[in-house]
Amino acid sequence: MNVGVVVFPGSNCDRDMYHVLTDVFNFNAQYYWHEKPLPKNIDAVILPGGFSYGDRLRAGVIAAHSPIIKDVKKLAEKGIPILGVCNGFQILVESGLLPGVLLKNDSLNFMCEWINLIVENNKTPFTNQFKLHEEIPIPIANGEGKYYVDDETLKQLKKKNQIVFRYSKVVNGSSNRIAGVCNEDGNVVGMMPHPERAVESEINPVDNKPSSLIFESLLVKIGVRN
Amino acid sequence: MRTFNVYVTIENKPGISDPEGDTILNDLVLKGTHKTVTKIKTAKMLKFTIKEKDKKTAKSIVQEICDELRIYNSMVSIISIDVFDI
Repeated sequence: MNVGVVVFPGSNCDRDMYHVLTDVFNFNAQYYWHEKPLPKNIDAVILPGGFSYGDRLRAGVIAAHSPIIKDVKKLAEKGIPILGVCNGFQILVESGLLPGVLLKNDSLNFMCEWINLIVENNKTPFTNQFKLHEEIPIPIANGEGKYYVDDETLKQLKKKNQIVFRYSKVVNGSSNRIAGVCNEDGNVVGMMPHPERAVESEINPVDNKPSSLIFESLLVKIGVRN
Repeated sequence: MRTFNVYVTIENKPGISDPEGDTILNDLVLKGTHKTVTKIKTAKMLKFTIKEKDKKTAKSIVQEICDELRIYNSMVSIISIDVFDI
């Protein structure tokens, strides 16, 4: 159960993610600098949050050209679970691994608050332990978190069950209140909220169990748990 | 070879909200004395300085760069390119 945590210049949630993976869920996690290759025998890859390249030009777009993204694409094609959180989601979108785009929040503010997610797809490697429409209390922390797709793409996302998470109420102007999507095969998932900040009871004021299921799902997917 | 400044303006497509432009219009300009302004759109501008044989080639190369490297996201943005002699 080797999980890679990809680090870009400007990543700042990589240590939180590493801590949760190793100390809370006992994964064998390793950091991978964006200029280095990923091993072929890796079980999952996580692109953590932060401000890669200072969000210059557009959040995630410069990191999407990093050498390691070629490896992430190859692994994605093989069906390896890939999760992008916040800036990681923005990078997956900008690299073309996920549809849509992330724009500035309607408020134009950096939003840092606890919200509720609704699970809309419980078939992915990161949601297979959820009941459909289960709610997850979880924090967001972003300035460019408004997910946008045009009407035709939205229809396709619905038809192909690619909407993974929706906000329980309007948060930032996202199309269809979308907070997370997956690729057509379901193995690449991107989400704006931060599960790594919600899985420990010490820092979750509501309930840490739902967010934990994101990582529990991965353990089940890669065969560590039934 | 000649040197050109190539200005690339990236703005939202029609229909994509521009809350910053709306705020500048409604909460700054229209609250002043200039009531004839009907729309303000914000944009990002990149200025490339490039050495090429002519204006047409300079524009074409910059367009190619913008498309290849996703300098703009074609789902939500459009670009306009203007070339000037230095």
